[in-house]
Amino acid sequence: MKDLLEYIGIEPGRVNFSWVSAAEGEKFAKVVTDVVKEVKTLGPAKRLVKR
Amino acid sequence: MENIENSIREVAEKLLSEKKVDLIIGYERGTLPLRTTPCFVDKVEDVQKLVWNASCDANLSKYVVGRKEKVGVVAKGCDARLIAVCAVEKQFPRENVVIMGVPCLGVIDRKKIEAKLEGKEVLEAVVEDEQIKVKGESFELVLPKNDFLCDSCLTCKHRNPPIHDVLVGEKVPEITEANEFAEVSSLESKSVEERWKHFEEELSKCIRCYACRNVCPLCYCKMCFVDQSMPAWFGKTNDLSDTMIYHIVRAFHVAGRCVDCGACSRACPMDINLRELMKKTEKIMKERYGYEAGLSLEEVPPLGEFKMEDPQEFIK
Repeated sequence: MKDLLEYIGIEPGRVNFSWVSAAEGEKFAKVVTDVVKEVKTLGPAKRLVKR
Repeated sequence: MENIENSIREVAEKLLSEKKVDLIIGYERGTLPLRTTPCFVDKVEDVQKLVWNASCDANLSKYVVGRKEKVGVVAKGCDARLIAVCAVEKQFPRENVVIMGVPCLGVIDRKKIEAKLEGKEVLEAVVEDEQIKVKGESFELVLPKNDFLCDSCLTCKHRNPPIHDVLVGEKVPEITEANEFAEVSSLESKSVEERWKHFEEELSKCIRCYACRNVCPLCYCKMCFVDQSMPAWFGKTNDLSDTMIYHIVRAFHVAGRCVDCGACSRACPMDINLRELMKKTEKIMKERYGYEAGLSLEEVPPLGEFKMEDPQEFIK
């Protein structure tokens, strides 16, 4: 899925996959922080948005 | 070619008269030149209707899915592979289908002929082993067949049906040198922006007629996500974002199952190169899972099962 989206031209980093267990609160916080950071640098998503 | 045609008829006659099958699915002459149409034969006396030539482009595996009776199907390499995929997916009992494998030298892309003729209408055509003779009101041309084959046939790696019950005709040499992923690789080498621009241009031609879905043997879902309105997964407009979501999701649905028969590209009235998308899914499956669809009756497509050793480096 990620490969396909990036091939079509969705910016790498826009789509992220993680596996976090319900017992891994700390990892969850880290994943969210990292994703937010990554997406912020990419800016607003303009692709696949309706006009 | 005529020999193969005769052999197809002989095999069909034998299968029908020995009551091994109730129905033969093959091709018959179309009403227009360069066309054949799917043909359903259930009586021995009708086997003469069956034909075989390079305009037998329809993927007949489409007509096997969901069938209850015993059928014999004329199958090129790609058709036979899709029958195998659908059998693995339990769309019909394997023992109900007799695959009449026909080694194939590629089928004609009518769009290429139309482009060559610049709008002139073909009124008569004869397809031979090496050439296609076309005739119209004020012209008569002999075209080399190999220049007018479908793109998917030019790099086809399984011209001989890998799985078959009867082989009709002699095996043909496989194409080994052609790089089937050349188009995909050249797109991959471009930047994300360039790729986006390319797909935006290509897919903005789409009129959402769903011919690509309807012709695809793998699109057998009784309820397709595009037709659902409760919930409506996405818009029904031809706004670019809706169109793209349709094509991305369809590509994802056939990933690991698609064998590049080229039916979607041939069916597209807007001439969208859908193979660029489908071929990418094929490449991903080959590189990540070492999997090629339709070569086995046991192996389940990679996206249909979970294995501990599945590559998962993309999961953070």
